Amino acid sequence: MKPEDGKQQGRRSSRTGWWFLGVAVILQLVLTLVAPEAAAKARLVSWRLIKGIVPLLLLVFLLIFLSNLLLQDRWIRRFVGRSSGVRGYAVAALAGIISAGPIYVWYPLLQDMRSKGMKDALIAVFLYNRAVKLQWLPILVGYFGIEYTLVLSFWMVIAGLVQGLIFEIFE
Amino acid sequence: MTKGEPRVHARPNPQPETRTQVVITALNKTRRMFLNVLPILAGMLLLIGAAVALLPQHISATLFGGPALLDAFKGSAMGSIATGMPVFSYVLGKGLFDAGVGMTAVTALILSWVTVGMVQLPAESLLLGHRFALLRNAVSFALSFVTALLVSWTLGVLS
Repeated sequence: MKPEDGKQQGRRSSRTGWWFLGVAVILQLVLTLVAPEAAAKARLVSWRLIKGIVPLLLLVFLLIFLSNLLLQDRWIRRFVGRSSGVRGYAVAALAGIISAGPIYVWYPLLQDMRSKGMKDALIAVFLYNRAVKLQWLPILVGYFGIEYTLVLSFWMVIAGLVQGLIFEIFE
Repeated sequence: MTKGEPRVHARPNPQPETRTQVVITALNKTRRMFLNVLPILAGMLLLIGAAVALLPQHISATLFGGPALLDAFKGSAMGSIATGMPVFSYVLGKGLFDAGVGMTAVTALILSWVTVGMVQLPAESLLLGHRFALLRNAVSFALSFVTALLVSWTLGVLS
């Protein structure tokens, strides 16, 4: 899979992003006309989500700023680039497991890392390993037991690595 | 300059960036990225709100009850469309399990809930590329199904 140049993708996403927002706003307006109660609920849900992600989004953009300031592209290529090997998989899996918050908050950081040399397979590994939710594990244990939680977490990590290997075929 | 003399460069070497310039460059890059991402995230949050308002909030256990493989497929499909915090999938999964739905279907639902995102797909496509987003979600869907089978098999072996 041929990764896009960061600037090229940035320009494309900027243009299309505003179109996307326009379509979402039009859908909201249509929903308001067709089903006002559902639209009110939708706005409430969106507002709650916005309030919830703002702190995390600030953290992500702080990380992006720090990566622009301190990280050299060659370091990223070394640890999560094309020749990072097993170490790259370990770094991506661990980062995915410890990352918190909704998945979409991490897209900008991953886009930035990719423009600096992170390979797609490891982006996929990172995103899949976000399925192992450390902060929710006690609840999973409470509902389904320790044995189920351990077996599920084990297979999730394995599946994340398999996904990375599948992506390697397309890269 | 005679023919044998070494050539002198007319342009001086570029000055290394000062610390302030480096910080300003990093800030500008981050600002540009923020402005690129802002409409995409805002649009996606509006879509998630609409999806939560329009999609049914409860999945009935009566939707399941067929062969285990078909139930696992249904679990994966429902988890892919659903959106929300992962803990919701645990609560829903526990409810379905208590109502008699098989562990494979429940596991497929929990897995696809966190790994496949149909509602987030437009934002993922815009930021990480259409091909990447489609391939990742398709592979995650297939893996949620296969992993659910492996979890059930492992639990069976252990017990």
